[in-house]
Amino acid sequence: MEYVMLIYNAEERWNALSEAEEARIMAGHFAINEKAQADGTFRSGNRLMDVAAATTVRNNDGKITVTDGPFAETKEQLGGYYIFEADDLDTIIGYASLLPHDDIGCVEIRPLYPETE
Amino acid sequence: MSDFGAALKAARPRAVAALRRFAGNLDAAEDAFQDAAERALTAWREQGLPDNPTGWLITAGRNRLIDAARKAGREVQGDAPEQSHEDLEPTALDDDLLRLVFTCCHSALAVEHQVALTLKVIAGLSSADVAQAFLVPVRTMEQRLARARKKLSDKGIPFAVPEAAELPNRLEAVLATVYLIFNQGYSARAGALVDSRTCEEAIWLARLLLRLFPGDTELMGLLALMLCHHARHASRQAPDGALIPLPRQDRSAWDGDLITEATALLRVALGRGRPGPYQTQAAIAALHCEAPDASATDWAQIAALYEILERQSPGPVVTINRAVALSEAGDTEKALAVLEQLDVSSLTDYTPYLVAHSTLRHRQGDAAAADALLRQALEASQHAAEREFLSQVLEERAQRADV
Repeated sequence: MEYVMLIYNAEERWNALSEAEEARIMAGHFAINEKAQADGTFRSGNRLMDVAAATTVRNNDGKITVTDGPFAETKEQLGGYYIFEADDLDTIIGYASLLPHDDIGCVEIRPLYPETE
Repeated sequence: MSDFGAALKAARPRAVAALRRFAGNLDAAEDAFQDAAERALTAWREQGLPDNPTGWLITAGRNRLIDAARKAGREVQGDAPEQSHEDLEPTALDDDLLRLVFTCCHSALAVEHQVALTLKVIAGLSSADVAQAFLVPVRTMEQRLARARKKLSDKGIPFAVPEAAELPNRLEAVLATVYLIFNQGYSARAGALVDSRTCEEAIWLARLLLRLFPGDTELMGLLALMLCHHARHASRQAPDGALIPLPRQDRSAWDGDLITEATALLRVALGRGRPGPYQTQAAIAALHCEAPDASATDWAQIAALYEILERQSPGPVVTINRAVALSEAGDTEKALAVLEQLDVSSLTDYTPYLVAHSTLRHRQGDAAAADALLRQALEASQHAAEREFLSQVLEERAQRADV
């Protein structure tokens, strides 16, 4: 099964991290990469730029509206993602558990629809 | 329950678990078990109960899976199709049963789904019985179970035992599910205060788990706790349906065997030096059970245990109970001081708080405050039997004041 792991962070908090906090989180990402590469489950993953760089597009019956910023104002914003292919949810929960979140954010795991032939 | 019914019930968890391994999914495993169980009732009536009903059911269920697979042109997982499982010791199937337990009680499922799956799949209750235990229409429970099964496959919840590092957390979730089932038996329903069948299912599940985790002290604590409560269930309700509070219960009607079993279990658990909230709650329940009459209750010890429980598992209910115990032990001033630490704004319609507070004020001699709190409780109460009891207390207090 393919899973996407969506990483949500409170950006304000994220941008004010101490060096030590940032190093701890990066170490978590390295650990996920290393584990998933070793398991052969890693497909892709990346960090997203700040919501300040987000652009929202709506198409309402052909009328295109482009606005600056994210589509919704939330406390925590999508900050990055991974895609894995693994046998089961527990494997992905295991990866997610390698990331220290504390009060900064959390991770949401969603299965992807299987590709149709 | 007939002998065959009891044998089926006992065999079910391990048989369904083994069939789940062969079938690759839960629905097929349950269908195969159902089919095997129907064959069993006919065959066993003719030939008598086999030596190993679990093995018999697995063999029969697996044959059905093989037939179905051959018709669909598929392979069946697992060992050779010709193999009989009747020589298997039930303990050889413990790994499968563990996998099944952790599947049904996976934290990625909503609690209501965990509870429903556990009762349906492991305990083998019908959808109608599960619905009745949770006071919802059968159709609602069927939909809930269907959604739970869909989540199992959509999310990719594995038929697996968690890794060692995850095990304590995951087992805690399993115990919470079992205790939730037990407490559901105590949620009031029309007529009966206790649905003893649901309570017994929870006790049965805990015994099953204890065979899988014989060293787990919190599991022992949970089983001891439920046994202590269940030992008293028949004395909680008067023939007219009214609630009988602990001090007025007929202690000779308590189930002495269950209490003996609970206290023995608890002694073993506490002796292992790995304390936890279930053991503490069981110790409190056991002190109540062991007192020959209400006045002999060791309230000082109970108050001390509630203080420990406050640290292990803090919450307003624990604090309220600690205050009551302190007052029963003779220190009503300290009890009121403990109650005052609570955030009262969230407790204005919480009857246990109102009743406890009223009792303490009454003991302190503040009759007006005591009665006002009791009337507030009477207004907030959702249970007919509880309301009946509260009005009775109000009346008794008024009569005594008249004398």
